[in-house]
Amino acid sequence: MVLTFTEAGIYCPAADAHIDPWRPVDRALITHGHSDHARWGHRRYLATEAAAPVIRHRLGDITLQTIRYGERLKMGDATISYHPAGHVPGSAQIRVEVGGEVWVVSGDYKTTPDGLSEPFEPLRCHAFISECTFGLPIYRWPDEATLAREINGWWLETRAKGQTAILGVYALGKAQRVLRLLDPSIGPILTHGAVEATTEVLRAQGIALPATIPVTQALDLKTHRGAMVLAPPSALGSAWMRKFGPVSTGFASGWMRLRGVRRRRAADRGFVVSDHADWAGLNSAIAETGAEKIFVTHGYTAQFAQWLRAQGYDAGIVQTEFGGETLDDTPETEVPE
Amino acid sequence: MKDFAALFTTLDQTTKTSVKTAALAEYFRTAPEDDRLWTVALLSGRRPRRSITSTRLREWAAERAGISLWLFEACYPVVGDLSETIALVLPPPATQIEKSLTGWITALRALDKADDPTRKDFVFTAWDGLAPTERFVFNKLITGGWRMGVSQKLMTRALAQATGIDEAELTHRLMGDWSPDRITWDGLITAPDPAADLSRPYPFSLAHPLEDAPETLGPVTDWIAEHKWDGIRGQLILRGGDHHLWSRGEELMTDRFPELAQLTDFLPHGTVIDGEVLAWNNAADTPLGFSSLQPRIGRKTVPKKLLTDAPVIVMAYDLLEWQGADIRDWPLSRRRATLATALFDLPLGLPLRLSPPVPAQDWTDLAQARATARDIGAEGLMLKRAASPYLPGRRRGDWWKWKLDPLTIDAVMIYAQAGSGRRATLYTDFTFAVRDGEALVPFTKAYSGLTDAEFREITAWVRKNTTDRFGPVRAVRPEHVFEIAFEGIQASPRHKSGVALRFPRMARWRRDKPVAEANTLDDLKAMLAQYG
Repeated sequence: MVLTFTEAGIYCPAADAHIDPWRPVDRALITHGHSDHARWGHRRYLATEAAAPVIRHRLGDITLQTIRYGERLKMGDATISYHPAGHVPGSAQIRVEVGGEVWVVSGDYKTTPDGLSEPFEPLRCHAFISECTFGLPIYRWPDEATLAREINGWWLETRAKGQTAILGVYALGKAQRVLRLLDPSIGPILTHGAVEATTEVLRAQGIALPATIPVTQALDLKTHRGAMVLAPPSALGSAWMRKFGPVSTGFASGWMRLRGVRRRRAADRGFVVSDHADWAGLNSAIAETGAEKIFVTHGYTAQFAQWLRAQGYDAGIVQTEFGGETLDDTPETEVPE
Repeated sequence: MKDFAALFTTLDQTTKTSVKTAALAEYFRTAPEDDRLWTVALLSGRRPRRSITSTRLREWAAERAGISLWLFEACYPVVGDLSETIALVLPPPATQIEKSLTGWITALRALDKADDPTRKDFVFTAWDGLAPTERFVFNKLITGGWRMGVSQKLMTRALAQATGIDEAELTHRLMGDWSPDRITWDGLITAPDPAADLSRPYPFSLAHPLEDAPETLGPVTDWIAEHKWDGIRGQLILRGGDHHLWSRGEELMTDRFPELAQLTDFLPHGTVIDGEVLAWNNAADTPLGFSSLQPRIGRKTVPKKLLTDAPVIVMAYDLLEWQGADIRDWPLSRRRATLATALFDLPLGLPLRLSPPVPAQDWTDLAQARATARDIGAEGLMLKRAASPYLPGRRRGDWWKWKLDPLTIDAVMIYAQAGSGRRATLYTDFTFAVRDGEALVPFTKAYSGLTDAEFREITAWVRKNTTDRFGPVRAVRPEHVFEIAFEGIQASPRHKSGVALRFPRMARWRRDKPVAEANTLDDLKAMLAQYG
């Protein structure tokens, strides 16, 4: 087996390295900086150059080696390379080749370009380990133009009512993607500290993003009525939010596709924005790998594996501790877990 | 249907009742009359008769989406709503059909006599010509069961705003057996004829649970106390030589309780009684448990054996109409005195009796009567202000339910299942077990009582502690103990544990208790012996 599944995570015996492990290990190959994939406590880390700044920002003083997309690295008897996953800036699928047999770990991915992340690169392989966070046919994402129209439309409407728009977004990836969809001619864009910190890290590595104004104690909110505020989901409904006066709240997530979830969030508006592949994306990505063996990790694993088997794949389920796109109120942590 | 779909979207996007009311009122002012009338009908639970089964809809949706039926079925519990599941799996629409709400309803009803291929063709064409929200609305018109986040009360308030008619008066006008087919907007809303619908009930008055000490209600002499019976609330209407029985959910239940027909021979025309329908043990002169009543609720025609096994009576506690006059503004003491007189001369054995007042010198007497209520098959006491009129809806102040504290048992969670609708992404439906030696015996399910935060926490735990899966149900490590509260317990051969609970819910997450300290099957049996 090129890769095996252990208590600590996905393991490559030939390289003696783990991929996105959830227990402390000697050598961790990290697909991207989200906290359920890049955890604290490993002795050595390997990530893409573009993912490294955020990982350093979040995990602090770690031993982190970087790798360019497509660069082939010999590790024991294995050859390792990282390829764009289209999930967030710097995110990667990890390709592992041992004795001519190729396995690919998708990490989190999406197949449609978001104008921010390096576009997803389909890889041929023998075995593909795929996420399936949204692995049911009810999930279909709108295109970026539709999203931009909906979000800016809501902002204009909110502004016309003299209210401030507060949009709940995850600090890494979605916040910056939404930033690029916003029309800065409508008004000022304000950011919660957690969002601003990650945005600043990405700006520093050369990613062009519209100007934002961090919300600080010193900022006079009265002069910014009608602004768009990007905040982590946990800030919606918090004491922090109340200082903006009259607001309209929105939440950006793939789960907003479901009416029940939209209503449970009790946000005024839900926007269907996800950095994970939708049903069509998952199916096309898997078909393009040419792989016969598919392992599904997190999401609707039972249903999606059954579907894949019905399509003729040899599909199995792997229990992992990846969270996918979580709806829980726990914000993405800026500190080690 | 675009304007109706837009109304739906507006209502769906806000949780503020003021915004909802304003949007609805605007719709009632501007929409065509027939669409308005249908909207009132839909929002008060009067859906058009179903011409297409949900089985067909599921098959057709899977076919149109190009997926297998099992996969469609796997999507349904995640979404929690059939109409929405269909709307989500279908490919985007190719055309745009313009048709009003009434137009669609009429077209759907015309399918009543059509054959299957015609129906399928109609549905496919509709799906292909409707925008996503309209599609969802269209599916809802077929499957029924509307909510739209609008209560009947809110709808009535919007209607009052739009028409200038008093809200309480509108509430009454909207009650009863009407349908947009047989009535006009004017006939229902603006200029109704009271004689047109002899079966029309009055809006029910509802009680609040008493949370403070009863002494806070003032002198006991201001109050009339009676037992809180555990049956089905019903309004018995005797008008024009006929009788009608309405449930609190405004469902006509007359045919389910044929033994009440004889009452028309004994009570005068123009009598409306509010009371509780109870299955009654004539020999012991006590109520049979609620579980005896259950088989009678489910069926439209009643076999003879059931009539003998579970005969029903109406336990009357209020009089709303007497000799053809609406007497709801009389004080309760006078209404009850009139009711007592009316029932006094009835021959014994009729399925109608007066819910006897519980006499009391002071609140201590009532506390005692409440404590022993379970002995006569009641759930506690009702306290009603003697001077109060009969007001519609649930208001604070005049009617209180003073229920017994629930029974409780500490149980171990062993299975979990995701909820539906707004709880589709959370594990909310759990099965609980009691200990029996080393074994765990499941005895009840419960799905309410925890906070959203607790549900999120237990959901994360369930994901990591699943030991087995049976379809949507997950077996979990037996680690967590919950205090289960319930209102009653009865023997049940259908359950493995031999008992069935009434209104079980999670009262508390007992994080302090290890599984070894959860209650046992013997404890449960002891409760059955005492309260069953």
